[in-house]
Amino acid sequence: MVSFGGFEMPLQYVDITTEHNAVRKACGVFDVSHMGEIFVKGADAEKFVQYIFTNDVAGAPAGKIFYGMALYDDGGTVDDLLVYKLGEQNYLLVVNAANIDKDYDWFKQHASTFAVEVTNESDVYGQLAIQGPQAEHVMETVLQLPCKELSFYTFKTLQVGGEEIIVSRTGYTGEDGFEIYGSHKFIQDSWDKLMESHQAQPCGLGCRDTLRFEVGLPLYGDELSNKISPIMAGLGMFVKLTKENFVGKAAVARQKEEGVRQKIVGIELADRAIPRHGYEVLTDDKVVGVVTTGYNSISTGKSVCMALVDIAYAKLGTPVQVRIHRKLHDGTVTKKRFYEKNYKK
Amino acid sequence: MAKIIEGLYYSESHEFVKVEGEYGYVGITDYAQEQLGNVVYVDMPEVGDEVTAGTEFGAVESVKAASDLVSPVSGSVEEINETLEDAPELINKDAFANWIIKVKLSAPDELKSLMDAEAYKAHCCE
Repeated sequence: MVSFGGFEMPLQYVDITTEHNAVRKACGVFDVSHMGEIFVKGADAEKFVQYIFTNDVAGAPAGKIFYGMALYDDGGTVDDLLVYKLGEQNYLLVVNAANIDKDYDWFKQHASTFAVEVTNESDVYGQLAIQGPQAEHVMETVLQLPCKELSFYTFKTLQVGGEEIIVSRTGYTGEDGFEIYGSHKFIQDSWDKLMESHQAQPCGLGCRDTLRFEVGLPLYGDELSNKISPIMAGLGMFVKLTKENFVGKAAVARQKEEGVRQKIVGIELADRAIPRHGYEVLTDDKVVGVVTTGYNSISTGKSVCMALVDIAYAKLGTPVQVRIHRKLHDGTVTKKRFYEKNYKK
Repeated sequence: MAKIIEGLYYSESHEFVKVEGEYGYVGITDYAQEQLGNVVYVDMPEVGDEVTAGTEFGAVESVKAASDLVSPVSGSVEEINETLEDAPELINKDAFANWIIKVKLSAPDELKSLMDAEAYKAHCCE
């Protein structure tokens, strides 16, 4: 068990490699009840979400989900989050566990001039992520939750056992999969059904990180932070500068126009040494960056990392070194996607 | 239950030394590999490097974490176990057979401060 965002969570149930491979090849289930659920309701709900969120939700139909960030005025990242459009005046914001209080305060602070009610219902909702090529089959047969027709980044609500649950085709693994939100009792019962079926490998935080890392998905605190903007992280496609206004817009617009000083890149090492969070990236004995996440990638067997490097060294193919323990290990700047995503669109 | 072998010397940080003449073969114990899980990389010193008792000389890495290797003895590195470069998982298969470095002991008296199998067993199970 490890402490994560104020929660005691299992790092692994069996071992990270077994759990990782189950998600890539079959089906794994994560209890991600630690994630935060913040609701925005009221006449100005859309206006407010547009103001505190980088992606553009304007005119979207209910049932659509958007990924994006909340930013500080200087372009630094408050959090990355999912926005579920429940209705014209009703949005669900799913935020990182470690940031729940910070985000909630941030949203409330900015809500005063809007006709909205912002509520933190993180303690009410549990969440499961069912991920992998067999996820749809497991959802339909074991949990009896019809979800076949859902396309990527959409959701629906279902009435089950007297409560309304949310089922979305989303995840954090690079595989097809679903996330379910409901009461703790519903989540617990669903978990038990999955365990009894033996069709879903229970998965811990360890493989949640190795899976998201391999497909280049960011983790707040590693590839995004109050110092790392989405532009620096290479996530500009989720920042819609065509929108009228949002917090941090001027700063990220400037970064897009003038370029950034540092950028998140991928690095592939020539040997099997493992570049981990915080290790230095160097060229000619000069520190030019720092590793944000790194592993010996389970799906490819290569030692790879994401790193925040000075822009002069961010070009694909740039030779760099990573200091691992006492030695320097040769590497090359690559794309930060080390394994292809396998989404069902 | 972790395997413990008679006739070896053991450190509190779960390294072992197998002494043959003036040489000591240093590795991690079966208990240590069990705790670590799947070993995916072993960071080793180079032949000719000096190691010092009680000082870090490398690391054994699982998917999630790096664990320092602390030398139980002092001396110069005569040999490293090169098979671990391509097959670090051998440590999980048989930790005692897959030593990490061979050290020419410069202070054999240091062995006296290490544990024998019986004492190490008590140490592991505390």
